[in-house]
Amino acid sequence: MTSSDVARQPDKGVRPLSLAGHVGFDSLPDQLVNKSICQGFCFNILCIGETGIGKSTLMDTLFNTNFENFESSHFEPQVKLRAQTYDLQESNVRLRLTVVNTVGFGDQMNKQESYQPVVDYIDKQFESYLQEELKIKRSLHNYHDSRVHACLYFISPSGHSLKSLDLVTMKKLDSKVNIIPVIAKADTISKSELHKFKIKIMSELVSNGVQIYQFPLDDETVAKVNTAMNGHLPFAVVGSTEEVSIGNKMVKARQYPWGIVQVENEHHCDFVKLREMLICVNMEDLREQTHTRHYELYRRCKLEEMGFKDTDPECKPVSLQQTYEAKRQEFLVDLQKREDEMRQIFVQRVKEKESELKEAERELQSRFEQLKRLHADEKAALEEKKRLLDEDQSSFSKRRTAAQLLQAQSLTANGKKDKDRKNSGFM
Amino acid sequence: MLEQDGEVVKDARRAASIGPEVFSSYSSSAMSEAVVPDTMVSPAVSSLYGEKTGGPAVDFSYVGIDAILEQMRRKAMKQGFELNIMVVGQSGLGKSTLMNTLFKSKVSRKSVMATAQEKIPKTIEIKSISHDIEEKGVRMKLTVIDTPGFGDQINNENCWQPIMKFINDQYEAYLQEEININRKKRIPDSRVHCCIYFIPPTGHCLRPLDVEFMRRLSKVVNIVPVIAKADTLTLEERDFFKKKIREELRANGIDVYPQKEFDEDAEDRMINEKIREMIPFAVVGSDQEYQVNGRRLLGRKTKWGTIEVENIAHCEFAYLRDLLIRTHMQNIKDITSSIHYEMYRVRRLNENNTAVAHANGIPEHHLAAHEM
Repeated sequence: MTSSDVARQPDKGVRPLSLAGHVGFDSLPDQLVNKSICQGFCFNILCIGETGIGKSTLMDTLFNTNFENFESSHFEPQVKLRAQTYDLQESNVRLRLTVVNTVGFGDQMNKQESYQPVVDYIDKQFESYLQEELKIKRSLHNYHDSRVHACLYFISPSGHSLKSLDLVTMKKLDSKVNIIPVIAKADTISKSELHKFKIKIMSELVSNGVQIYQFPLDDETVAKVNTAMNGHLPFAVVGSTEEVSIGNKMVKARQYPWGIVQVENEHHCDFVKLREMLICVNMEDLREQTHTRHYELYRRCKLEEMGFKDTDPECKPVSLQQTYEAKRQEFLVDLQKREDEMRQIFVQRVKEKESELKEAERELQSRFEQLKRLHADEKAALEEKKRLLDEDQSSFSKRRTAAQLLQAQSLTANGKKDKDRKNSGFM
Repeated sequence: MLEQDGEVVKDARRAASIGPEVFSSYSSSAMSEAVVPDTMVSPAVSSLYGEKTGGPAVDFSYVGIDAILEQMRRKAMKQGFELNIMVVGQSGLGKSTLMNTLFKSKVSRKSVMATAQEKIPKTIEIKSISHDIEEKGVRMKLTVIDTPGFGDQINNENCWQPIMKFINDQYEAYLQEEININRKKRIPDSRVHCCIYFIPPTGHCLRPLDVEFMRRLSKVVNIVPVIAKADTLTLEERDFFKKKIREELRANGIDVYPQKEFDEDAEDRMINEKIREMIPFAVVGSDQEYQVNGRRLLGRKTKWGTIEVENIAHCEFAYLRDLLIRTHMQNIKDITSSIHYEMYRVRRLNENNTAVAHANGIPEHHLAAHEM
């Protein structure tokens, strides 16, 4: 719902009016809330901290469930981010929670580039939202907002001061995300040390110009609480999902031989304050800050980078449309060039292929000729042989008939002789 | 009591429920008070070694996610709301009076002026007046857009054009602001959320002017048709007239608010079906109070009786008011911003692209990356 801030004093042209009776639009906030309940909410938390500092445990404790967690090794070559999305429901409110953890933060020998994957991830979420917003056919109200709303930075409880890695990382992130620094594993620090530690941390942040998230003070109903909480930053937290029985109750606590640290005891740690601030009081403000401040900054920088301006050198307002037209002309000219190039290449290739094919055709032709000749030769040879064979045959048959004749003649002659002999024999 | 309901359903998206039943009563009380429940969660344990505490047993499975509703409400109250209503109809149908009745104040000063001096404008004018109203802490900037001169000329062809242009201009202004690089935190919303169209109570059927106007405008804005000066129709005539109008709307494919295609779920559809059966509302407007049965009521006094505006047996004003203000106001604004405005935006941004895209065979998503 985008509506302008209605000023306390009437602007020009807006008449104040008094109502003579009950109209009924005081149900508007209820209508708005009902719509939001139907839609569901979205919240994304980024946890940055060294391996083993208790990020996953704190998330489990904060949201009172068991997110599936893997213990990471200390030997990651690079910092990576692992994002997991969960659907939670409490009474009638549905929340889509995305928890992003850094893996391998602070483990490398050379930590100069440690912050880069985190910055890249945050930018990527902004980018995808920007892309969605710039689409022609967009569906912003159905869009799953993955921009990081809150960043919990886990400070290791050395008791002295911030590490330089912490300072560098927070400095890089403070203009991109709402940073809430927390002191992890606060049960290793004593009360007095903790007090000094907190003061040291805050002064270091201020002197280095790191802007952490300040709880908003403009709404009277929560201003008091938020001011008090602002003074308690950074929160010293202890996380635990194990339950220990104290008296007759089961409470979340960590059990040591020397005592039991209760997570939800305000005297023991600031966990309750963190939960309240993060979830119960300021969740909506965190989301709003992300959208109106950090995202707008990103969008502005990105668009200016791409060359779009609101006013041209003569300080006349340049409509986005004009700049866009100019850019588009450029783009089209570029495309045209590339298309021409491609066409040329295509034509060339076609020519080459054609010549190749012609070559092949000629070859085939010559081979065909050759084969034909061979065939003709063989045929001729065969004809020759046939003729010879025929001749032989005919001469053979002539001789045969001659022989037969001779035989027949000699037979009759012999028969006469025989007869004669026979006849003479009898004589 | 201390249930840790941390059962995680193994799914692609894990759904976990956190201490549901115990706190439903708590959260409803939290809604009414704007105070942060910081006293609630910390157990009053005085020492590390857990003595029996006399405080209320605290359910540690409560996280506080539902407090976001309260935060939203606070934010909304602080920001204030905006509503832009346009009234369209021939002169003399009681548009200004109806606005005054709806918002129980002198929204439009016209009804007080002597009509003898009023001139019917030669062309349609668009007059937009803004008011700041407040009720029970909820502040609203109400803008009423009047269209004197509509349907009053002899030749009324194209009388919807100035109105369409106005509506599109509002969309355009919003679009320009939205695509700016340095844009305001909250873009001022001057888009017309709802257009109330006044149908004269002829009792027969819709006139060509009505049909034409509603047909064209139902595509760009939410139209709520009402039968004006309904005290001239008897109940039977009214029912017949309404039925006829509904048929004609259906026959012409005119989709008035609440549009069928934007019903979100079965519950919505049920509620909206009931409303659709009653459209158009037969209303009577009045900003004068009379004594009826010992109470002062808004009404019109005639020689044959007093017509009570808010009596549903007399006219349907109460239904219109409930629809517009008490139940569906947010929905009207949502449909305007997420459907009508988006359609305008798509059309507008495509205007520059379609010709070129087809010539070059560039797919739309490729252009969209560079699209503003």
